[in-house]
Amino acid sequence: MTGSDVPRGGVRGAAFGRAAAMAQAGRRRRRRGRGEQAMVPEAQFSSYYGRPILKKPVWAPLDIAGYLYLGGLSGASSLLAAGGHVTGRPALARSAKLAAAGGISLSLVALVHDLGRPVRFLNMLRVFKPTSPMNLGSWLLAGYVPLTMAAAASDVAGRYRLVGSAATGAAALLGPAVTTYTAVLISDTAVPSWHEGHRELPFVFAGSGATAAAGLALAAAPVAQTGPARRLALLGAALELGAFQLMKRRMGLMAEPYEEGGPRALLRSAEILAAGGAALAAFAGRRRSRPLAAVAGAALLTGSAALRFGVFHAGVASAEDPKYTVVPQRERLRAPTD
Amino acid sequence: MTHSDAGRTPRPEPDETRGNQLFGPQPNVAGAAGYPDAPPRMGFFTDTTVCIGCKACEVACKEWNAVPEDGLELTGMSYDNTQGLGADTWRHVAFIEQRIPAGRDSAAGHPDVDVFDAARGLGGSPEATAPATGTAALAGQISPVSPDGRTELRWLMSSDVCKHCTHAACLDVCPTGSLFRTEFGTVVVQQDICNGCGYCVPACPYGVIDQRRGDGRAWKCTLCYDRLGTGLEPACAKACPTDSIQFGPLDELRERAADRVARLHVSGVTEARLYGESPDDGVGGDGAFFLLLDEPEVYGLPPDPVVTTRDLPDMWRHAAVAAVSLAALAVASFVRRPR
Ligand code: SF4
Ligand code: SF4
Repeated sequence: MTGSDVPRGGVRGAAFGRAAAMAQAGRRRRRRGRGEQAMVPEAQFSSYYGRPILKKPVWAPLDIAGYLYLGGLSGASSLLAAGGHVTGRPALARSAKLAAAGGISLSLVALVHDLGRPVRFLNMLRVFKPTSPMNLGSWLLAGYVPLTMAAAASDVAGRYRLVGSAATGAAALLGPAVTTYTAVLISDTAVPSWHEGHRELPFVFAGSGATAAAGLALAAAPVAQTGPARRLALLGAALELGAFQLMKRRMGLMAEPYEEGGPRALLRSAEILAAGGAALAAFAGRRRSRPLAAVAGAALLTGSAALRFGVFHAGVASAEDPKYTVVPQRERLRAPTD
Repeated sequence: MTHSDAGRTPRPEPDETRGNQLFGPQPNVAGAAGYPDAPPRMGFFTDTTVCIGCKACEVACKEWNAVPEDGLELTGMSYDNTQGLGADTWRHVAFIEQRIPAGRDSAAGHPDVDVFDAARGLGGSPEATAPATGTAALAGQISPVSPDGRTELRWLMSSDVCKHCTHAACLDVCPTGSLFRTEFGTVVVQQDICNGCGYCVPACPYGVIDQRRGDGRAWKCTLCYDRLGTGLEPACAKACPTDSIQFGPLDELRERAADRVARLHVSGVTEARLYGESPDDGVGGDGAFFLLLDEPEVYGLPPDPVVTTRDLPDMWRHAAVAAVSLAALAVASFVRRPR
C-alpha cells in the first residue's frame, strides 16, 4: 500500500499506492495456492478509483423486470387467445384473453409506478419519437391495451362477439411486437451487457414470452384444449435457450455478468424451469393429467420471470463495473492499429 | 486533429444511409434539430493542464443553477469528495494522484530540460522540435517505476461536465421530448415535462445524467441555457480562475485546442491529447471536449463511447424478425390438432 519516496514535495509513504492500485487493478481473481493453476488472467485496465463510468439504471427491479415479464406473457398470450378462438378451444381462448388483458394492465401499473413523476405518465404520448423505444412502446401499448380489454370483456360477457373477434385478431397482430420490443427497450442503452446482446435478446424474450403464455394456459385451461400451449412451450423454450446461448457466445467479456453471482443463479433456474416445464407439459399431455399440467405451467411461468430478473440484474452489474465499459472500448480502439 | 497519442483512429461510417441522423459527423446540429438560422454551436473546451483543482466551477454551477446539496461525504480516496457527475453535480473536478517514474512528469517540468530551448521551439512546427520520448508506456500504466526505482508524484485535475454530444443518447431515447436540442446545439432537460422515466440515465455513454432522489426527475448540466440566452458565458467558465474551462463557438474552441496541443507537444508534454473533439468519434463529437494528460479512463471517461442509438435500426430489425418468429411458433403450435 505505502508508496516509496516521492522526490518532490517530500511526502513519504502516504496513500498514493491506493489510488494507483485501485485505478490499475480492476478486479483480479485471487489465486488459491501456490501450486495451483493460475486462472485466466483478467484484462488490465485503468479507471478512476475503480468507480463506474456509467450510471446504473435507476429502475426498480420489481417494476421494470416485472414490466418486461408481464409484457412478454401478455403479448404471447394474445397469440394463444387468437389461436384458441379460431380453432374452437373456448377455454384456452378465454384464459389467454384474460392473461393478456391482466398481464398488460399489471405491467402498465408497474411502469407508471416506476416513474419519478407518475402523474405525468401521459407525457409519454405528447410526442411521437421513433428514436425512443419507450415512446414507441407507449404508443404500442396505447393501441394494444384497449384491444386486450375488449377481447377479454366480450369473451367473458358473451356479447358483441364480432367486436370481440376483431379485437382478438388485432391484439394477436400487436402481441408479438409487445413481447419483443422490450428487448429493444433495454438494449438501447449504454449498459454493456444489454446493448451488446441487442441482436439475440429479442429472440430470447420472444421464446421466454411464449413459455410464460403457454405456462399460464396450461395452468388455467383443461388438458384437452392445451395441446397448442404444450407445443408452444417446447418451441418457446428451445428458442429462448438457443438464443441465449448464442448471445452469450457472441458477447465475449460482456457475457460475464450473466454468469456470475445472483444473475447466474436466476438464469440457471430459468433454464431448468423452462426446459423442465416444457418437458413436464408434454408428459402431462400424454397422461392427460391436469395437476401435472398445472405444475408444468407454474414452472414455465416462474422460469420466464427468473429470466427477466436475471437479465435485468446482469445488466445493472455490467454498468456498475468499469471493466465492462473500458476493456471492450480499449480493444475496439486497439483493433485497427495492431 | 491531433490526438495521435491516444491511438484513436476515426472509424469509418458503417452505414451511409443512416447517415448523420443517428451517428457520424453532423456539422449543423441545431439546423438538423429544426432551427433554420441558429447561432453558432457553443461549447466548452476544458484544458485540464492548467486546472488547479480549486473547484470554483463546481461552486459557481451549484450557486447559479440552485443545484441542491447532495451529501457531504469523505471518500478517503483523494481530495475528490464530490465523486462524480450526477443529478446534483453538473461540474465535477476529478483529482488523480499518480506515481510516475522520476523525471517523467513533463507537465511539472523536467530538471534536465532547457526551458529556454523549449521556449524557442514554441510556435514552431511541432514535429521539428517535439522530443522523441514517447509516452506510450505511460498509457494505462499508473504507477510504474523508473529504471533506478524512483518514482514521483503527479497530480491530474480535470473538471468534468456533460458532453452535450452531437448525437446525444439521452435525448434520442427520452420518450417525452423533455430532453431537447437548443438553438446553441446544447442538450437540455425541460423540467416541466420530464416524467422521471429514467431512460436517459443508462443511455448516456458517459454516465452524466441522473435522477434526483426525492424529486424524481432527471437533471444535468444545461450549459447555462439561461445565461447563454442573454449573452453571458456559463457560470463555471466565468468562475474558472485559470481559464481551464473555456467557453465559445465550438469551431473556434477546436482550433484553439489543436493549437494548444501542438504547443504542449513542442514543449515536451507529449502525453497531451484531446478527448471528444473529433466529429468522427462514436457520438459525432462532443460539444464539451477536453485536453487530457493521460488515457480517458484514468479520468473516469469512457475511452471510445458510442451513442447507443447508432444500433437502433439494427435492434428494430432483429426485434421485428423475432416478433415474426414468435407468431410463426404460435401458428406452428396450432397446426396439428391432437386428440
Ligand atoms: S454526455 Fe450524456 S447527458 Fe450529456 S448530452 Fe451526451 S448523452 Fe446526454
Ligand atoms: S427521465 Fe425525463 S428526461 Fe430522462 S428520458 Fe425520462 S422523461 Fe426524458
